[in-house]
Amino acid sequence: MIQSLIEPVSTYAGEVDFLFLLITVIVMPWFFLAEGMFFWLMWRFRYQEDQPAMYVTGNEPELKRWITVPHAMIIVLDLVLIAGAIRVWYMIKQDLPEPHETVRVIAQQWAWGFVHPGPDGLLDTEDDIEIADELHVQVGEVYHYQLESRDVLHNFSVPVFRLKQDALPGRRITGWFEATKTGVHDIQCAEMCGIGHGIMAARLFIHTPEEYQAWVDSHAPQQASAR
Amino acid sequence: MSSQPTVEHGHEEHGHEHHHEPAFIEKYIFPLDHKYIAMQYLLTGMFMAVFGGFFVYAFRLQLAFPGISVPLYGTVSPTEYNALVTNHGSVMIFWVAMPVLIAAFGNFLIPLMIGADDMVFPKLNRLSYQIFLASVVVLIVSWLVPGGGFGGAWTAYPPLSAKAQYSLTPLGSTLWLVAVALEFVAFLIGGINFITTAMNSRAPGMGAKDVPMVVWMICIASIMFMASVGPLIAGAVMLLFDQNLGTGFFDPDKGGDPILWQHLFWFFGHPEVYVVLLPATGIVAEIITVFSRKKLFGYQTILYTAIATGVLSFFVWAHHQFVAGIDPRMANVFTITTVLISIPIAEMMFLYIATLYGGSIRFTTPMLWALSFIAEFLIGGVTGIWLGASGMDIYFHDTYFVIAHFHYTFFPIAFIGTFAALSFWFPKMFGRMMDETLGKIHFWGTIIALNFIFIPLFVLGAAGQHRRIYNYNHYPELSTPDLQSLRVLATVSLLVLIAFQFVFLFNFFWSMFRGEKAPANPWRSTTLEWTTPSPPGHGNWSPNDMPRVYRGPYEYSVPGRDEDYWPQNQPS
Repeated sequence: MIQSLIEPVSTYAGEVDFLFLLITVIVMPWFFLAEGMFFWLMWRFRYQEDQPAMYVTGNEPELKRWITVPHAMIIVLDLVLIAGAIRVWYMIKQDLPEPHETVRVIAQQWAWGFVHPGPDGLLDTEDDIEIADELHVQVGEVYHYQLESRDVLHNFSVPVFRLKQDALPGRRITGWFEATKTGVHDIQCAEMCGIGHGIMAARLFIHTPEEYQAWVDSHAPQQASAR
Repeated sequence: MSSQPTVEHGHEEHGHEHHHEPAFIEKYIFPLDHKYIAMQYLLTGMFMAVFGGFFVYAFRLQLAFPGISVPLYGTVSPTEYNALVTNHGSVMIFWVAMPVLIAAFGNFLIPLMIGADDMVFPKLNRLSYQIFLASVVVLIVSWLVPGGGFGGAWTAYPPLSAKAQYSLTPLGSTLWLVAVALEFVAFLIGGINFITTAMNSRAPGMGAKDVPMVVWMICIASIMFMASVGPLIAGAVMLLFDQNLGTGFFDPDKGGDPILWQHLFWFFGHPEVYVVLLPATGIVAEIITVFSRKKLFGYQTILYTAIATGVLSFFVWAHHQFVAGIDPRMANVFTITTVLISIPIAEMMFLYIATLYGGSIRFTTPMLWALSFIAEFLIGGVTGIWLGASGMDIYFHDTYFVIAHFHYTFFPIAFIGTFAALSFWFPKMFGRMMDETLGKIHFWGTIIALNFIFIPLFVLGAAGQHRRIYNYNHYPELSTPDLQSLRVLATVSLLVLIAFQFVFLFNFFWSMFRGEKAPANPWRSTTLEWTTPSPPGHGNWSPNDMPRVYRGPYEYSVPGRDEDYWPQNQPS
């Protein structure tokens, strides 16, 4: 359902979209059942001359089961939900696969700095490519990101990846993604970070291996520094 | 700015020698009578709602039509946009929902519903309002100081809120924080009063199971508030020190941790949701029983679900911080507690729905509000499940899906609950009836517009639209014509909703003076507040005629009786 609004472009985006569907399938029938019952009762027991109200305490077993049975079923369905939620969470946030390369994402008021590993594939070397507001990655490879902030809280948010992670000053947070399709997409800052929060946008470029190599070659010598 | 209640005062003779009729200033400006303190809270809350509403009007127009000059406001700069959203949130939660639902209705209803002549600590009660009024003044001043109002979101996460060089509102953020802290102190004092009064001043014969649900709910909410607010007041003082004295509680460069604030804030902030929810559900319980002429379905079970919700709500706070940089393993614990809290709340809603079974329902204005509370709150509750599921929240965190979700909980709580309570207890408060036709016009205009505001926001959130952005043109994926038309739809619906609030304001003030005179018990209700004249005099009942309680609060349609209601104070 989400994929009809925004394309899924990472290996785990489909899992998130499936989780949305799973929760919808579990929850919405209950919602409509409850609302349907509610409106039916309103109609059925509207004031009518010949229909006095009944005296019911809620302790009658034949009526109480209308509450206890749904109650028990909700517990069971909650367990399914929790299992689904934790599975996706574990995949995205806890179980980091071995990376092909690592990029460093540095947030500051109000720009993104992206440090790409350059030709040698390693960070913190001479040939790192550091540029502002553009993240370049290769399709079909596992990347780790190291997220940092120089001032306040920010949030590295890539909707097409279904990924969000807060950036904290004084900490380096590592996560992962693997793009599945080439293209250009939005990167947002999704944590209030001051007056420029609204313009803290960046772009994600997902390249084919050949394109990526060409980009690295053309950018490696002249290092543009982050704003 | 002091909001004096303009109650027309019916001069009943209530022969009590020791209660003298107080002079104007003493009665309206510095009252000790719980009913007048309630009016002060109510009118101050309504006054603040005008600001909260104006702020959302300004920033929603900016979102729908970026860059326009908003009528009555002007163009909205990014700095102002942040201040508007921040203060819209703060005002609506801390200065509208809290004073109206807890303080105004708690003050008005608790003594009247338990058969007491006043709160046990009237002077503490007056002090609570005065501190609250001070917090209002400080907050309004914070919007006017150089640099403008605080714009770091109502959650005020440091380091943004802690350092002027980041927030660029050196005075605004400090004053905002002082206002919030003062407001907490006011409600802490008020809460002590509510709990003590409900425990000690009940009418003779009123056992725990004879207490009306709304009184229970306000007491449970007050206990939760008192238990949760301590860490936040401590946190607020630490943040104030960080702002002004250069301490480093939340500053990583000095060994502090910004996430500490988030724990302190949400340890309070999540129970706070239920602190305002419970009184609203209590109000709904009173109204649906009266207008369906039914006993509450499972009084004790509802009480247990409220207590269970209250206790569980202390163990869910970190679901606001799934992606904040907490240990990822912690998210698994908090997603379990969060999803589990759906059980008592769903059960409570089922019990309310079941209360309608076998009833004889009359769709008066208060009943329409109470029923719509259930219908709309269900949407808010259900959508919380997507957000509580940790894997899903990675995507939904800080999107409009969150905004739509919590407005579907907070709007029913703060506004539908208040409109239900006001239209229901208005006769008791002011001795006059509100106009039913205007009430229904207001109801339908509000409810229909409400859904057209927030359903589009669910879609926008699902499309990845993140919060607190003054103009989406910087985001190619979010600036498509389809998404923009959804923003326009939400904004236009908001304008409709606001327009219908003028119907309410007119009805409220017109009925106060010109409404039909109300009898003591216009709704043929069973609880004690309806056994005294409308409005009740000073001391509520005459001292030699204080009520006695013989039965539970919801004895409607008892078989074998002539009347379909059996007041709590009738011996037989």
